[in-house]
Amino acid sequence: MELIFERSRHGHKMALLPACDVPEVTPDFPLRSEAPKLPEVSEVEMSRHYSALEQQAFGVNDGFYPLGSCTMKYNPAVNETAAGLPGFTELHPLQPESSVQGALEAMYLTQHLLADITGMDDVTLQPAAGAHGEYTGLLLIRAYHEARGDTARTKIIVPDSAHGTNPASAAMAGYSVVPVKSNAAGGVDLDALREAVGPDTAGLMLTNPNTLGIFDPNIREITQIVHDAGGLCYYDGANLNAVVGRARPGDMGFDCVHVNLHKTFSTPHGGGGPGSGPVGCKAFLEEYLPHPIVTKDDAGYHFMKPAHSFGRVRMFYGNFLVAIRALTYILTLGGDGLAEASGMAVLNANYLMTRLKDAIDIAYPGTCMHEFVMTLEKYKEETGVSALDVAKRLLDYGIHPPTMYFPLIVHEALMAEPTETESKETLDAAADVFCKIFEEGRTDPEMLHSAPHDTAIGRPDEVTAARHPKLRYTWAD
Amino acid sequence: MGSYVPSSAEEKKSMLAAVGVRTLDDLYASVSESVYLKEPVIPEGQSEMEVISKLSGMAEKNTVYKSIFRGAGAYHHYIPSIVKNVINKEAFRTTYTPYQAEISQGILQSIFEYQTMICELTGMDVSNASVYDGASAAAESIFMCQERKKTKAVISGTSNPEVIETIQTYCKSRGVPVVIVPAKDGQTDQAALAEALTDDTACLYFQQPNYFGVMEDSETLIQMAHDKKALAVMGVNPIALGLMKTPGELGADIAVGEGQPLGLPMSFGGPYLGFMASTKKLMRKLPGRIVGETKDARGGRCFVLTLQAREQHIRREKASSNICSNEALCAMTAGAYLTAMGPEGLAQAAKLCLSKAHYLASALAGIGYTPVYDKPFFHEFVTKTPIPAADVEKKLADKGILSGLPIGENEMLWCATEMNTKAQMDAVIAVLKGEE
Amino acid sequence: MEFPKNLTYAKTHEWLKKDGDLVEIGLTDYAQDQLGDIVFVNLPEVGDEVTMGESFADVESVKAVSDIYSPVTGVVAEINEALLDAPESVNGAPYDAWFIKVKDVTEEEDLLDADAYEALCQEGGEA
Repeated sequence: MELIFERSRHGHKMALLPACDVPEVTPDFPLRSEAPKLPEVSEVEMSRHYSALEQQAFGVNDGFYPLGSCTMKYNPAVNETAAGLPGFTELHPLQPESSVQGALEAMYLTQHLLADITGMDDVTLQPAAGAHGEYTGLLLIRAYHEARGDTARTKIIVPDSAHGTNPASAAMAGYSVVPVKSNAAGGVDLDALREAVGPDTAGLMLTNPNTLGIFDPNIREITQIVHDAGGLCYYDGANLNAVVGRARPGDMGFDCVHVNLHKTFSTPHGGGGPGSGPVGCKAFLEEYLPHPIVTKDDAGYHFMKPAHSFGRVRMFYGNFLVAIRALTYILTLGGDGLAEASGMAVLNANYLMTRLKDAIDIAYPGTCMHEFVMTLEKYKEETGVSALDVAKRLLDYGIHPPTMYFPLIVHEALMAEPTETESKETLDAAADVFCKIFEEGRTDPEMLHSAPHDTAIGRPDEVTAARHPKLRYTWAD
Repeated sequence: MGSYVPSSAEEKKSMLAAVGVRTLDDLYASVSESVYLKEPVIPEGQSEMEVISKLSGMAEKNTVYKSIFRGAGAYHHYIPSIVKNVINKEAFRTTYTPYQAEISQGILQSIFEYQTMICELTGMDVSNASVYDGASAAAESIFMCQERKKTKAVISGTSNPEVIETIQTYCKSRGVPVVIVPAKDGQTDQAALAEALTDDTACLYFQQPNYFGVMEDSETLIQMAHDKKALAVMGVNPIALGLMKTPGELGADIAVGEGQPLGLPMSFGGPYLGFMASTKKLMRKLPGRIVGETKDARGGRCFVLTLQAREQHIRREKASSNICSNEALCAMTAGAYLTAMGPEGLAQAAKLCLSKAHYLASALAGIGYTPVYDKPFFHEFVTKTPIPAADVEKKLADKGILSGLPIGENEMLWCATEMNTKAQMDAVIAVLKGEE
Repeated sequence: MEFPKNLTYAKTHEWLKKDGDLVEIGLTDYAQDQLGDIVFVNLPEVGDEVTMGESFADVESVKAVSDIYSPVTGVVAEINEALLDAPESVNGAPYDAWFIKVKDVTEEEDLLDADAYEALCQEGGEA
């Protein structure tokens, strides 16, 4: 495909802005010596360029998307209608409070619905993504310990099955990370946890169900152990879609939580963002929340700065339009619909796993939650075909591959999360493809080693890309 | 209740049977009784018609001003129709992060194009694929400058207060010392800066134009930082870059900024995007995703996410940033905006901003709203207000005009862009003179 | 796989070469083979102290990063800047692609000779 810069022709342009209706001013500050080399294209050329790009993008409507821990569910159309209302999109963030009462109402409602859903007392919508939420939650934990003069708590406990963002967020929050291993059933090893906690424990970060698709049956004991040691418990909501409407982190003993609106609450992923990672907390942490948060009294809705707010993690109030989409989704489904969604997400995962378990090893067989992990370790020994090969072959069948090589504690892992918005028909068709590919690997491994065959490009040379980075277009002249 | 579950009751039953359970609840055996909800914790769902009517009701309670003179971090610019068309394309909107390069060339190429445009705009060597917003970009840039013996961040007090607060929040938890240099006559106080820059200073951060709309003496500030072997980080307004000397030309090490002016609606504060660009030397310290060019197995040009070993999913607690999701669709918007505008259009937008703001400033001065700083400015400026700034805000709001932002009892930060016609500005003057 | 006789080896797969007062440290053939295509080497700075048993550098492959441990305690006298632009030389010529030269060595762990190290690798390595 041509780059937009290669489509550029001198003199091609669009008529977008009017002539100046006031006296033109000559700048009295230093000027750039030459214009930026932006593309020069007409509207039709630009339009075709992006249509060409769109043809090489794989959206949730382009096929089955069982990407583990990413919750690639359908993105409802009504969410977009709501987020496109001019009464939301055309608001300046610093308008007088009285002129944005509807926006504050929407934020207030979102905060409180999310609080009720997670079993927390208050919520901030400020974090822009899951990792940003993790960071925010850890800063709450930090503020809490510091306010008590409990400064010896320097460590955050993170299970070895955790997403990479957990340890990275802990480091950013100034903590060192204590990994704790999983037990044979894939849950937290209680003895290892008891050994890990102590007077230096600031808290625990836990994803539940975890990245193995397992809801930890000892969850109450886990949070109790951490609390007994004086630490706080942080719930990573990455996998909330498995239990939303059916179980709440607040009831499991967690003190704060983030949710991914772009996973559980159906807002689109946008090719990597914008997401949104609201953080909820129990009442005793409210005073440390980033400001502002929205409150309500008889006079209406107001922005408020919590008494001992730790500050802010970005400008303004968060990814407001993403919150509007999530609010639309929550109001549409309601409590009963959320429970139906999570139940079906879990059923779909179990159904797909059932369909596949005779064809490939499942890392932790038994009932899974919203996702499950296949391990191709033995299969690879037998056939030479890796998880990567299978993933790439799936592309030829129009299926987005499951998450590869994660969690790290499973070798040759493929982690599949079908979500609730797929039909039985889709799951059956996908299961047939998986089985066919596994069989293909036994009879014609080369077909998989060299896959994909039918995509726009073949496998990219990632080694050269990283060794000799070329990160921008350069002109020949 | 609304639902996006496609399966019929029949299909559901047959799947339950295949799995070997009777009900959905049976699948939750691992969730102990004590935490399993007996009943819903939020109200019942509603039909699409009811929900959209509720949301529309909330949207209608807000005032959409026809005439806007407020900036201070979020700016009202014209968004070409083609830009809206592009970002509403379904596959762009709904796709995941392009880890599967073979089916994601469209997304990857759009990011590569965005990175190139940000480099062109800022005059820097390399750009990442975006971060959350301008403030988090500024905060992340401070971490890029950290060295073992040089950790202190010196921040100009003429920066946007919310950016400063974000930097302080990020730095505090990592134990990075922050010194705020006061403003003097609307610019960074150079004497105070000289004192703040010490041998242990990692970097200087300042904004161009600054929070007060004033153009800083960038060249001197950067030189002062470099004299102390500290890096210079410039926060820049991307529209102003259509005209002003670039961070690259000025010798800055890192350029960051809020990308919202590049085709994104104001949206009550988000989603926006933070752009980050640096010298080649600092390339591997850039946080977040980066797209690079390479070849595929068939020998053709293609694009991939690269330098991934910097990132949290590989480096975990040793990663310099925890960022995972970024603002990809907003970056695509910025790329589409810059494509539609082209070099001429961007320069035209910048010149319109400049001319309109100067027209408004002199008209305001003519009725006693005198400028507070006698310094070059781009599209924002501060004036005294003869009556309390809050009253100015109210007076104009009553006429459907969003005034400048009150930043003191009798001070207002105004902004004018290409969106403001002469008639709109004359109306402001008329209202304030009591003629309307 | 090569195990040059003129070098000594650490159990964590670094090779050492005495060069006057300096000790040159690099990554063994076995290690580079295990790590796969190396795409970048993060080196310390001249003047940094290195400590026996602690990481002084890391090497990146496309999807992994691995720490490189110092078998000695001392001060970095030189770094091999050529590796920054040509990380592939760690794969291509591991015994030429030294990482650092260390001076003022005060401590050194028990090192293996080529035969002992080869035997270790044949058992599947340790680190």
